Parts: sequence; structure tokens; C-alpha cells
Amino acid sequence: MSWSVYPIEIRVLAASGMLGTGFPEESLHKGLAMRPHFIGVDAGSTDSGPTDLATGTCRYSEAAYRRDLKLLLSAAVENNIPLIIGSAGGAGGDKNVDWAKGLIEDLISQLNLSLKMAVIYSGQDKEWLKQKLAAGKIQLLENAPELTDAVIDESITIVGMMGSEPIVEALRNGAQVVLAGRATDTSIFASFPIMNGAHEGSAWHAAKILECGAAAVEHRPSPDCMFATLQGESFIIQAPNEALRCTPTSVAAHSLYENADPYKIIEPSGILNTTDSVYEAVNDKVVKVTGSKFEKSEKFTIKLEGTRLAGYQTIVVAGIRDPLILESLDKFLESCESSIKKRIKNTYPDLSEDDWKVQFRVYGRNGVMEKREPTPVIGHEIGLMIEVTAQNQKMASSIASVARHQTLHVSVPGWFGFTSNIALPYGANDLVRGPVYEFNINAVVEPDPTDEMFKTFYFDYPKVESGVK
Amino acid sequence: MTKLREVCRLIRSKNAGPFELTFDIMFAEEKTYLEAKALNYINRELFAAIYGVKLEDVKLYAYDPAISFKITIPRLIVSGALGDSDVYGCQQFAPLANLEIPTGSIA
Repeated sequence: MSWSVYPIEIRVLAASGMLGTGFPEESLHKGLAMRPHFIGVDAGSTDSGPTDLATGTCRYSEAAYRRDLKLLLSAAVENNIPLIIGSAGGAGGDKNVDWAKGLIEDLISQLNLSLKMAVIYSGQDKEWLKQKLAAGKIQLLENAPELTDAVIDESITIVGMMGSEPIVEALRNGAQVVLAGRATDTSIFASFPIMNGAHEGSAWHAAKILECGAAAVEHRPSPDCMFATLQGESFIIQAPNEALRCTPTSVAAHSLYENADPYKIIEPSGILNTTDSVYEAVNDKVVKVTGSKFEKSEKFTIKLEGTRLAGYQTIVVAGIRDPLILESLDKFLESCESSIKKRIKNTYPDLSEDDWKVQFRVYGRNGVMEKREPTPVIGHEIGLMIEVTAQNQKMASSIASVARHQTLHVSVPGWFGFTSNIALPYGANDLVRGPVYEFNINAVVEPDPTDEMFKTFYFDYPKVESGVK
Repeated sequence: MTKLREVCRLIRSKNAGPFELTFDIMFAEEKTYLEAKALNYINRELFAAIYGVKLEDVKLYAYDPAISFKITIPRLIVSGALGDSDVYGCQQFAPLANLEIPTGSIA
């Protein structure tokens, strides 16, 4: 029993699980009618691989991003409430943030809006990181690759994942739009409630559910809005779209999603612990959650994410139907590999074998699970992808053409004479993938002071012309 | 024999960050979930065997609030890195779907 009194109720509207994947306009209006104190939306993730973070691109279309942003900016201004966007532009790197900032500025002038925007950058300085590494202030996380000065130097983009602190500061400074770089998904939704004295366990747990939009409902046919009402040590969760139902099981199950441990979620300042959370049905669509706890950590740490260039790729898409090849596919692929190797050696005598790589992906056998496939059984045909990685694009394409040609004509035991072994849907036109990237950092750093990692800039719109013309 | 998918509403896999793979085995009914717990047929040894990982690298949680099991293992290759075949990790659950499970009643 606690005697804490929370005089206020804090209402939160989540627009969607991911900016750019859409939400029904009607749901947004229903959500706004429930009088939220702010709107939040997650706008990036590492889920789709390292490319967005490395290049500053966004995997969702600009048109879709604009559509969502336009509705949300108008909603925030009309209702005079903040809009908080986290991990902007697909991955929250500085380039991603600048791209999203450009779109927002376009929309602000198009819609004639007056507002203040805070832009929080999460890109990290390499020299600062090396000092932290030398000082023993960086700890590797589980399954992390080694971290050295060389790894830091070769990284393309390194970001820190902010918690609620920089977002709270931006809100305190009066920003109506907070455009944050890489941020924990939860901090987007927990910052405003915490700033206003909400129960931290309740705020972080509600945030964990809100960050995925309507993913915590029983059945979600397409991306949609979600709504939480924080009351003391409890919160109530429901979807503004009445066709969607939250049940105690569906809400509890959401703690499983994309999370290593269902009971614990790690934030920079502590851990959300849902071991004692109780999920109750308020009615057939609304759920009340009580008993979530937030345990402050002794050390304040920020998670780092980094990417490096892994090379340049060209790929060949092919299929094999010949039963003689399929009967001894591994032998066939081995002889392809050795004849490719021989041919590359003849063509590029100075090229080291470490500078290029050919990988066969066999769809129809173990293309999906590779070494972990428990049943690598071949049917009547396979899809064969020949993937070539090299140190520049020209070399990757050149080696791919060699690999394609060798695979096409390598001799097949059982047939006598000149064989052609792969069905090519696009003829001899190989697909250029361009530069490819890898995640290379999985670690946390201890900033000191705690606010030294994120830089915030404020902009007032419409822009005031300065200087003399 | 009963297959695991016949007692589950959803079996899924996904990244838990780019370095880990996590599986959710979500039962349809509390009765079969409690049976699975009592019979202990969802265990760390099973995952170590199917996915070829060290036993100490398998984390398993029985999650009563959603009548589900969660299992987390390291990825073989970091998400999106050279050689990775499933950037989201979302098709790696497949061998679990048709897993034959013991059935038995609990008193």
C-alpha cells in the first residue's frame, strides 16, 4: 500500500508503431477527442539492418513519411500539444535527423504553422569515444564484437541511444515539436509523463506498449493509433479505433515483442521491471495495468550503435531444375567455387583471396536458415543466389560475371558434353547492390556529466529573417 | 502426436537487437500452457539442440501473464552482416511449428 497521491491524469496518444507506415486518419481524430497531453511516434529502428544508420536513408517512402508528419504536425498545433518524434528518419543518425527536419520544415511552411522545434542529435565524436574506451568507461554487451580504437575509426556512423533526459529538457524549454535522433523507443512516450511527476513504473511500462502503436491489441489488421491514460501507479490502455480490442493477454504479450527478457527493459537510468504487473480487463476493449516498477540503476549508461562498410556487392539470381545437379548439389557448388577461384586468379593475379567473397544461397534447401536448418532437403528445383562481395563495385560486378559464367558451364558428372546449368530470369544482367554495411558496436558508455552526449538545437517557425538585405 | 503449433496461437521469432534472436511460443489456452510447464518440454536443451547453440547461451523464460515462453539465443551472424540470411530474424522459428510434443494431463 502506498499513500502517494497523483493529482493529475496524463493521457498519451501514440500515432503508429512507426512513422511512415501509416495510421487511419479517423483513429487519429478519435484519439485527439480523448484529449491527449501529447502525441508521440517512433520513427526508426535497427530492425531492418544497418543500412539506414550507415547511409542516413529511410526505408519508408518520403511520400508516406510526409503524409504521416503532415497529419501529426497539424494535430499538435491545432490541439496545442507537443509532438515527440524519436529515432527520426529511419535510424536516428544525424543525417536521418536532418532529412526528417527538412521534411518538417517544408510542411511547416506549407501549412503556415507557428511553433518551436527542438532537434536533438545523437551522433558521437570518435575521439571522445576513444578516450572513454581508454578510461574503461565503455562496457561490451552480450554477444558483442570486440571494440578497439580501430573499430571506432572505421565506423561510418556511431550514435548513442538517448533516454528521457534530453527530451524532457527540450520540453521544459518549450519545444512543441521534439525531433530526436536515436532514442530508446520508450523514452519517446515516458519523457512527458515523468516530467510531470507520473509514477515511473507506470510511465515506462505504458511507453513500452505505446511505442509499437496498436501492436498490443488482440488483432491488428494494419498500423493504427494507441492511447494510454496514466493514473497513479496504474495505466489504462486502449486503441482509439473501436474495432481494435486490448485484452489482458494481448497487452501482457506485448512485453515479449523484440525484447530479450519479457520482464525487464533496460533504460539509460534504470530498468523497467514488470514481474509484479497485473493486467485486468476494464471492459472487452480496455485493459488496466498496475504494479509495474522502475528500478534506478547505480550507473547511468548510454547504449552505442555503430556501422561499418562491409564491401560492395553484385548478385546473380538463378534457378536449377536439372535432377543430376540437384542429386549432388554440394559437389556441384564446390566445383563451381574452385573453377571461380581459378578463373579469378588468372584474371586478377594480384588480387588476394581475402579481398573478395562468393557466397551461394540455396533457396529450397537452406536459404532461410543456413547452418541452422534442421531439414536441408531439396525438392524438384532450387533458387540459387550467387552473392559477390568485393572492395569496390567494379570488382564485385566483374567477379559476379565470372561467377555466373563458371556456374553456368561447369561440367556436371553424369552428363557428357557442354552443359548449361542455371536458369537466369534476367539473362546476364547481374544486380548491383552497391555498398553494404554491418553493425559493428554493441556496448554501453558512461557519460560524465550525464548530459554530455546529445546536442539540442532550437528553431522558431516561421523563420525570422535576420540581417540586412 | 500433437504438434506445437496445434496448441499455440502464435509461434514467432524476431531480433532482440541486431545481436540476439528471440522466440515467443504463445499458447492458445492456459491448460496446455500449464501442461507444457509441468511436462517441461520447452526447455533450454531443446533450443541448444535445434539451433546448435551452447546450453549456457540459451535464456528461457516462462511468462505467465501471456501464457507464453520466451527463449533468447545469440544470432549466428549479426543482423544484416555478410552471410546473414534473415535480417529481421523472423523466419527462424519455423522448426518449432511442427515440433511433436508430449501430451498428458496434469492433476
